[in-house]
Amino acid sequence: MEETLIPKKCSALVIGGSAGSLDVLLEIFPALDKEINFPIIIVTHRKPGNDSLLTDLLQNRTQLKVKEVEEKEKILPGTVYIAPADYHLLLEHNKTFSLDYSEKVNYSRPSIDVTFQSAAEIFASELICILLSGSNNDGVEGLKAVNNFGGLVVIQNPNTAIMPYMPQQAVINIKKNVILDAFYMADFINKLAKR
Amino acid sequence: MIGDVIDNEQVETLLNDVLEAHGYDFLEYSHASIKRRISRLYALDNFVSFAEFRYTVKTDKQYFKRFLEEITVNVTEMFRDPSFYKALRNEILPTLGTYPFIRIWVAGCSTGEEAYSLAIVLKELSLLNKSLIYATDINPSVLEKAKKGIFPLNYLKSYSENYLQSGGLKDFSTYYSANYSLAKFDETLSGKMIFSTHNLVSDHSFNEFQLILCRNVLIYFDKDLQHKVFQLFDNSLEQLGYLALGSKESLDFWPKAKQYKRIRTEKIWRKL
Ligand SMILES: C[S@@+](CC[C@H](N)C(=O)[O-])C[C@H]1O[C@@H](n2cnc3c(N)ncnc32)[C@H](O)[C@@H]1O
Repeated sequence: MEETLIPKKCSALVIGGSAGSLDVLLEIFPALDKEINFPIIIVTHRKPGNDSLLTDLLQNRTQLKVKEVEEKEKILPGTVYIAPADYHLLLEHNKTFSLDYSEKVNYSRPSIDVTFQSAAEIFASELICILLSGSNNDGVEGLKAVNNFGGLVVIQNPNTAIMPYMPQQAVINIKKNVILDAFYMADFINKLAKR
Repeated sequence: MIGDVIDNEQVETLLNDVLEAHGYDFLEYSHASIKRRISRLYALDNFVSFAEFRYTVKTDKQYFKRFLEEITVNVTEMFRDPSFYKALRNEILPTLGTYPFIRIWVAGCSTGEEAYSLAIVLKELSLLNKSLIYATDINPSVLEKAKKGIFPLNYLKSYSENYLQSGGLKDFSTYYSANYSLAKFDETLSGKMIFSTHNLVSDHSFNEFQLILCRNVLIYFDKDLQHKVFQLFDNSLEQLGYLALGSKESLDFWPKAKQYKRIRTEKIWRKL
């Protein structure tokens, strides 16, 4: 991994994933340091209904606080935020969240593209976005915006993804990126906190 | 997808124009969301420059109609959040059933799916006859659709599933007649509805209600504007009346929230 790609300071980490991404999250979370000093925002495609399931699964595996986003909530460091099912998740300049119930994007709501793009604008070069396993095309456009605003794009190594299509698309379309095996993700995130 | 074609300053300029030229105030809407809508429209309609876009929005009445339609988010469903409708059916509406007459306001009704869902529940509780549903929205085009009560047939399967989950008792298809790709809902339902434009930002209270539904509208407003709208609802709600919000919205940070009591885990509050 090229060290130069890694920003000096991480002010927010956004993780997007679809089919096959839950396994990776469940692998990452138990290994995260509790000293993480930036917000972690998670956007995954899932069915509406069982809202607290993902929150509970992750909370049981980390000492960081895990919660589903409430609209207009302040974005705080050291907290893990889960995008609620069936709403797009946007970030505001005053470092709060907005929810948006507009048309699906890439057949998805929440759409990873929407949150990546919105976060790119707010956190610019201090943003890191990770795209995980998935079988649709969401995320790639958002990662382009992350690149444009000077943020860092991290893609799960498609060879380690249950559904390689989504990360593959990102690898093809995003020039500046870091490709990481699922196995190294937690370590990578912990190191970001120490910078 | 839309890139970052319109910047924050341009959004501000455009919204000021809209207020000045057309009297609609979007300045206190959630910034990220309105910016996304504006950028989307700009890209969709292939404007070559922001100046051209600005000029058109400002001066072209016909185009402004489109602007209003596209800037507001009109996505909606029948029996969205089945557990909410279950609470209406089992608890809220039976309580209101003891009144001689029930006045309900659906604020931000979009194309009407929510109002028709409500009317169906009222009908099954034998309360529809003594009820009146005022369904309002800022956007006149969606109200035209709502009046007709015609929805795309291919959505009806999922609506019917929602209906059953919400405690619906009947065969959902008895409420509409299908014609090609459209489903027209029974006119006994729309007969109990009054449709009108109403802007929550600038218009005043127009009646007193026992139940106000305003779901998935306030997420588009910033906190200050939300509080103004809560005040408007407070002025429009009878004592012991109910206010229902969207599943991600809350009354909690409003200073007068103490005068309301939340109904279990639903986003429904009762005015004390
Ligand atoms: C996402 S829809 C919600 C529809 C329905 N209540 C539901 O929950 O499914 C939001 C609606 O709010 C309306 N709206 C936006 N701003 C408004 C305002 N200032 N006054 C009244 N309605 C407004 C929009 O036109 C749109 O139809």
